[in-house]
This record gives sequence, structure tokens and C-alpha cells, in this order.
Amino acid sequence: MFGFLKKKDEAAAAAAPAGSWTQRLKAGLAKTRSTLNTPLGELFSRAKIDDELLEELETTLLMADCGVDATTWLLDELKAQVKRDKLETPAQLRQALIELMERLLAPLEQPLDVTTHKPFVVMIAGINGAGKTTSIGKLAHHFHDEGRSVLFAAGDTFRAAAREQLAEWGRRNDVTVIAQESGDPAAVVFDAIGAAKARGIDIMLADTAGRLPTQLHLMEEIAKVRRVIQKADPTAPHEVLLVLDANIGQNAVQQVKAFDKAIGVTGLVVTKLDGTAKGGVLAAIARQCPKPVRYIGVGEGIEDLQPFRVKEFVAALFDT
Amino acid sequence: MLDNLTQRLAKVVKTLRGQARLTEDNIQEMLREVRMALLEADVALPVVKDFIARVKEKAVGQEVIGSLTPGQALVGVVHRELADLMGGQAEGLNLATQPPAIILMSGLQGAGKTTTTAKLGKWLKERQKKKVLTVSCDVYRPAAIEQLKTVSAQAGVEFFPSAAGQKPAAIAAAALDFAKKHYFDVLFVDTAGRLAIDEAMMAEIKELHALLNPVECLFVVDAMLGQDAVNTAKAFNEALPLTGVILTKLDGDARGGAALSVRHVTGKPLKFAGVGEKLNGIEEFHPERMAARILGMGDILGLVEEAQRGVDQEKAQEFVKKMKSGKGFDFNDFKDQIAQMRKMGGISGLLDKLPAQFAGMAQQAGAGADERAIRRIEGIINSMTPTERAKPELIKASRKRRIATGAGVQVQEVNRLLNQFEQTQKMMKQFSKGGMAKMMRNMKGMLPGMR
Repeated sequence: MFGFLKKKDEAAAAAAPAGSWTQRLKAGLAKTRSTLNTPLGELFSRAKIDDELLEELETTLLMADCGVDATTWLLDELKAQVKRDKLETPAQLRQALIELMERLLAPLEQPLDVTTHKPFVVMIAGINGAGKTTSIGKLAHHFHDEGRSVLFAAGDTFRAAAREQLAEWGRRNDVTVIAQESGDPAAVVFDAIGAAKARGIDIMLADTAGRLPTQLHLMEEIAKVRRVIQKADPTAPHEVLLVLDANIGQNAVQQVKAFDKAIGVTGLVVTKLDGTAKGGVLAAIARQCPKPVRYIGVGEGIEDLQPFRVKEFVAALFDT
Repeated sequence: MLDNLTQRLAKVVKTLRGQARLTEDNIQEMLREVRMALLEADVALPVVKDFIARVKEKAVGQEVIGSLTPGQALVGVVHRELADLMGGQAEGLNLATQPPAIILMSGLQGAGKTTTTAKLGKWLKERQKKKVLTVSCDVYRPAAIEQLKTVSAQAGVEFFPSAAGQKPAAIAAAALDFAKKHYFDVLFVDTAGRLAIDEAMMAEIKELHALLNPVECLFVVDAMLGQDAVNTAKAFNEALPLTGVILTKLDGDARGGAALSVRHVTGKPLKFAGVGEKLNGIEEFHPERMAARILGMGDILGLVEEAQRGVDQEKAQEFVKKMKSGKGFDFNDFKDQIAQMRKMGGISGLLDKLPAQFAGMAQQAGAGADERAIRRIEGIINSMTPTERAKPELIKASRKRRIATGAGVQVQEVNRLLNQFEQTQKMMKQFSKGGMAKMMRNMKGMLPGMR
């Protein structure tokens, strides 16, 4: 019953006029904003910049999962700027913080260009429950809208019913799924590349089973998947996407590093940004192991996946 | 890995040496370090603040005893407080009701509800001989029901079928009816993942709760959660009368500060911890170990367990037999040993688990460089033929040259390995000749403290 109501809501949201991207992101980040912003709004309405203000700013950034390192950096820069530019009002400070955040995150904004190869092989990795399969479903929808053909490789041969889940996304998007009864993930992906070439598919999305970076045998398995992809097509994989759950704290940084070491991550998808989580961990990632953020997930609907745009992300975060 | 809290505090308190007690003044700086360490471990800020206040209250006036430094004394207080906070009433599942005992699972998307359901079902079935039924009310995510069906079968518990077209409440009612009629002891109701701010979904699970009146309402939470854990936990706790919390994905390398946040906000006991993807990967929650982990003090017990998990019992038995018989220790066994070590994450993986002081010492002893040496040894062994591995005495000059070329090393390296191997073999032989006692005696001679 509620599911039905929700669907309708989503449909209504989808029907909203074009250019509603910001709105949608804002809606998705509404809670983020309320947490970040209540104190911020209060903070910036004060008369002058003092230590207390900075202290509370630190609290706010930490609460947004920015991490100790990024927060310290942001505040140090901010303090330096206050001195250098003789900032006096909290409003100026706010503007300075927004600019700083934008500058920090700017290198992460690099949209994915899928036209360089055909088939463009995308490998998807991440920990358990990050939202890999759901993101693949949304990605397929996104590429379909751009008029490209898509193929799925059901590389999650481990988790119960992962194949069925992907098949369901395939049915919704009208996408063929290459799957095998159990078997080796690398073999499934190898097959799928062959199929993609034979059918002249534009984009192939390879799902993989969720794994924690501490499970070394599984990390070796995924490294093998990558090697096998290279065998099937020497230029592939053209993109290695790591799916990150925005709810996750500082461990996200560790995840990026570990997966990068194993399979050479070239881009990130940040999911579940529609919750109360802030996604501030992107600041920590930008500081410690920058990788382009290709897409962000802002809802459960099939169209709730959007390219990452720093200005809008930061604006939604600080509500300008 | 992050610095050990003890070490960080040691840096701060260098100037404090010789102070006999912790005072308001001398712990201020140290508490800031504690705060940072907790934040880095993803403990939510409001919780950190409360916690620090509590620690301060307890710590001030504490005597710095014996060889302890003020830093160590403070860490002791912090550790104790952490464990106290998270522990207390840790208990198993409460099934004391007229059967079926209903257990409702709730949590965010991707927290691990379905897997945990199957793990708990298996646990109850095997440990307490319960007759368990599972049912999925997740009609939203594709193939969620299918997933529970499969894992239930793997866990060996019964599954009540449902379909995506049904309403969750109707499914739950039907399952309850079925469980009563067929005398099940326990009914697990798995639900869809939901965000705490999704009012429609929260209303749905409230409705389910009212209908089922479960004896246990468990909140499944990812140990990697960040600062937002407080908000989520608060919202779920307000919406549902939770009876316990289950932490999942504790086998990852997150420090797991979320455990403290959730416990602090909900006040509900942490009952179980999910470790690993396999269905036996669940264990009772150990507050002591969690506290050490959050503080980055190393997880020795975890290391021991990992060793147990990583070692193939049968192979180990076989190896022991071989050792006892005193012959046949060959390069194949040598290689197995190396592979075993690699399974456990290699030397560097082991180092990570050690407390920082030990890790530092081991690093100085050159353990880090060893990883490469071991890889080289493996390469040399791989270049041998099966016969050579079984009978190393066959290896003479021309074979050595071939092996060296195959492994891409100098002949000297092969020689060195063969020498090392011979020594190991000799030691093994000594073992087997009942030499164990003799060896021990020798060792006692060397270590005067032992008697």
C-alpha cells in the first residue's frame, strides 16, 4: 500500500519539469541540510567571528562525516583567509567556507565519458550492501535515456538471489542479462564481453559480489575479474566504479584505498544521499585519495541517480 | 593504521612524567587526543562529548600507579568506561514467551538484515534446538524474498513463502498463523530496509510491530556507519520499541565507533556481532574487544580467531602427523605453510592486528621486508618439479641452474633456500625423536627465568 503511494510520488517527481536537478538533489539532501544548516544558519547570523563560532563550525563539519583531517584543513584555511582577507562578518565567512569546500571538491567533478570505446566496459565494485546492484539498475536507466544500449553481466555469483535481483532490474530496463548458474565471476564477465561485442552493445555493466577489503581472498578474486576483463578486451575495463554508501564514516577512505590497490578505481558512485547522512566523507576522500565522483544516488526511484556537480552539491549542502 | 591512542597520549604527556595523579589540568590536552581518536573511529560527536565528560569525572584524582605513565592510566580509564558503556546487560535472545517467539528485524538498506536473519536462525537451531521459521516482508527490493528463501535453505531453517504483490501486514499475519499451526518455536520477520526519515515506511513497520507484538525487535546496524548513526538510531528507537542491536560487518577494518553511538542513543543492549559472509559468521558481542578496537589498541583475540578461521584444520592435522613421523617434510609442506600465512593476510596483515607497540617492534625487526623474501621463496619452490619438491636431495648443480632461471633469481638464492630447508628439516627430525622434551630442556637452560 505504502509502496504504491511512494511509486506515485516518485512518478510525480519524475514528471517535474526539466532543470529540476537541483531541486531533486536539494530534496534528497534536505535532511543533510537541516542538520548541517540549523547550526550553520544560527552560526552565521551572529554578529562577529570569534573562537566560539569556529569551534562550532568544527563541530558541524565533523558531524557531517568530513573527518578530522579534512575538518582541520578546512578550518586552518578558513582562519588564514579570515586574517588575510580581513573577513569580518559571519556571512563572509560562510561564503569563504563554501568556496573552500568547492575548491576542495572541484577535482572530483569529472563526468563519465562513455563514448570512447565500444563496448564501454564498466566494472562495479563495493562492500556488501553499498547499493551496487541498485546503482547498476539506475545507471542502465540513465544510459538508456541517452539512447545507448546496455548489457548486464551478473558477476555476483556469491550472494543468494543477487542474480535474480539483477535480472529484475534488467526486466525493468529492458536490458539483457548475461548470467551463469553459479560459477566463476570472471568467467561470467568474460562471456558477457563476448556477447556485448557480438551484439554491438554500447555499454556493458559488470556487477560483482560485495566484499570487505579485509577479505583478502575476495580482493584477489576481484583483481582476477579485472585481469580477465583485460584478456577479453585489452583496453578494458574502461571504468572501474566503486560504490560507496554515504552513511559510512571514515572507513570509506580505507575502502577507496583498498579497492584502488586491488583493481585501480577510476570513479566513485555515492549512494543513499537521500538519508540523513551528509556525504561529508567526500571531503575526506578529496583530501586523502581523490577519485572522481561520477554519480550520486539520491533516492530509491529508478531515475534517482545523478551526475555529481560540485557547485550544486555544495550549494545543496549549505543551502544557498 | 592509525596511531595507537596510548602512543599519541604518550607524546602529549611527555612533559607530565612523574606526576602522581591525574588532575584537571594535566588531562585537558590528553582528553583532546581521546576526542580525536574517538572521532576518527566514527563515534558521533554528541556521544563523544558526553563520554569525555564522563571519563574526566572518573579520571581526575586517579593515582598513577607503579610503572604506568599518566597516558597509560588515562587509557585504562577510557577503555574501562567504553567497555562498561557498551556491555552491562549483554544477553542472548529473549525467547521467553508463548511460542512462537516473534523476532522483528529492522534497519537501513544494506545493513545486512536478511543475512543476519539466516545467521540467527541457524544459531538458534543449532545451539538451542529451536524450530525456526523465516518470512520476508520486503516486497520492494527486487529478489529480496528470493534471497531470504535461499539463505534460509542454506541455514537449514524453514521459510514461509511470500510474493512481491502482497502487503507486508498480510504476509506477516499469514506467517504467524502458519507458525502457530505448525508449532514453530521462533518466527523471524525480515523487513525491507528503510530510511528513518521515510515516514510512510516507518508507519508500515510500526503497523507490523503492532500486529505481531514481537518479543524481540532487533535493530540491525552496519558497524561502519559514520556520524549519522546517532540520527538513525534515535529515529528507529523512537518509532519502535527496540529490544536489542546487532552490529554487522565487524570483520571489516572499520573501527566501529557506531557501536558506541548506537548504544549511547538507544540504551539497548548490543546482542550480536556479524563477522563474515558465511552463515556461521555470528557471535555474541564482546564489549571488551569492541572497546579495544575503537581505541585502536589491536585485537589480539581477533587475531587468534582469524588464525583459527584461516587454518585448514584437516591440513594442519596432516601436517602434525607428518612432523611426528619425522619424515616427509618436504617443499610441498613448506609451500603450504607459506600459503597458510598468506591466507591470514600475510605478515603485514598480521602486523595490523597487533597493538601498536608490538607492530612497531616487529617492523624494526624487518618483518616488512620479509614479505618480498617470502614471495621470492615461493617463486623458487614453484620453479621446482613435483619430484624435486618431494625429494629435495635430487637438486644438484644443473637443476639448481634451471630453478634459478625459472624463478628469475641467482643460483646462490636457491642454495640459501636449500640450506634453510635442510635446517628446518633437521629441527623437525628432532621434534619427532621425542626431542620435544629435550629441546625444552635446552631452552630452559638458556632462559634462566623458566623452570
